Amino acid sequence: MIRFVRSVGSQALERLAGLGRSTVMWATAIWGLPGPGDLVLVLRQIYHVGVLSLIIIVLSAFSIGAVIALQFYTQLSRFGAEDAVGLGLALTLLRELGPVVTALLFAGRAGSAITAEIGLMKATEQLSSMEMMGVDPLHRIVAPRLWAGIISLPLLTAVFNVVAIYGGVVVAVEWLGSDPGAFWSGMRDAVELWDDVGKGMLKSVAFALVVTWIAVFQGYDTEPTAEGIGLATTRTVVLSSVMVLAMDFLLTLSMYGDF
Amino acid sequence: MHMRTIEISVGAFVLAGILALVFLAVKVSGISLSADRAGYTLLARFDDVSGLRLRSKVSMAGVTIGRVARIEVDMEYGQAVVTMEIEGDEGGLTADTGAQILTEGVLGARYVNLMPGADEEMLGDGDYITETQGALVLENLIGDLVTRLGA
Repeated sequence: MIRFVRSVGSQALERLAGLGRSTVMWATAIWGLPGPGDLVLVLRQIYHVGVLSLIIIVLSAFSIGAVIALQFYTQLSRFGAEDAVGLGLALTLLRELGPVVTALLFAGRAGSAITAEIGLMKATEQLSSMEMMGVDPLHRIVAPRLWAGIISLPLLTAVFNVVAIYGGVVVAVEWLGSDPGAFWSGMRDAVELWDDVGKGMLKSVAFALVVTWIAVFQGYDTEPTAEGIGLATTRTVVLSSVMVLAMDFLLTLSMYGDF
Repeated sequence: MHMRTIEISVGAFVLAGILALVFLAVKVSGISLSADRAGYTLLARFDDVSGLRLRSKVSMAGVTIGRVARIEVDMEYGQAVVTMEIEGDEGGLTADTGAQILTEGVLGARYVNLMPGADEEMLGDGDYITETQGALVLENLIGDLVTRLGA
């Protein structure tokens, strides 16, 4: 019994220490940049986490937009309210699905890769040899990835939203024959620049901070073994997904829930 | 991978992201870049504006000619004062123009409908529309009906 209590306590302390370490790491890394010479590093990372994620983002966005339009259309046409498809599609995407789904895909596609990469660097002692050479790995490895994630995710979200709306247009307008005028004007009447587009982007920035933070820290803090890297990668995806969904609820509550 | 290729693809990516944002702003949220279109404001008092919201449509004969800019309550008379921004130059609406609050479709949004009058004088900037009819509230109608049937 006492052993159980003790193990719970030490587990909790271990988690707390992890949170502390990750905060210190994040804070040191984020202030370490950007100097003009580091832009090349950030650029390279944007290529890895942003550009290479585009394909999965575009494909998922198109399917999600198409499926939402299909669902809205079949349900709304029972009330003769097909005109509201564009409005419903745009609001769902801009406020919730765009930022959330992009962040989830980003965590799976880019976050896991970051963790595995940094974890392997640690396991093969590249990080320690860097320190030996007087190069700060926080500055050289961690910071560019954090910045690249923070820059890439909002841009990916914007691309996601546009492609998904286009997917909705293809289904609702081109295929099911909803009126394009009503589709677009209904959307434009309902969507506000700051309330919907702006706040959605704000969410996306918040998700980017958290997802890249988790991914980088899990890699940096991994046990330097093959098994450890595997575990860390899994933890990155699981933890980021849960955090994104939980944060989304809180953000929605604080942004839209004026009751 | 050559650095040059990376630079070009990252540039294209950032450009695509920014274009997407512009698309969302202009095409989806429908801000007009010439937001400063000439227009004037009219006011109207209603007994009840339930369901009317900011940016609700103001229309005449089914054509949108403006938006609701402000809704306030006048405590003294217990009435709602609605400020409407009407597009175009003043002088198009007669002084006895009527305003009523209607509903678009069955479950649709409330909007202000303006009915043309026949007066010689025209409404100018900041004038009040006097002929108004407020929103029909379903509960009140049912209440009326019940009392009448009961009597």
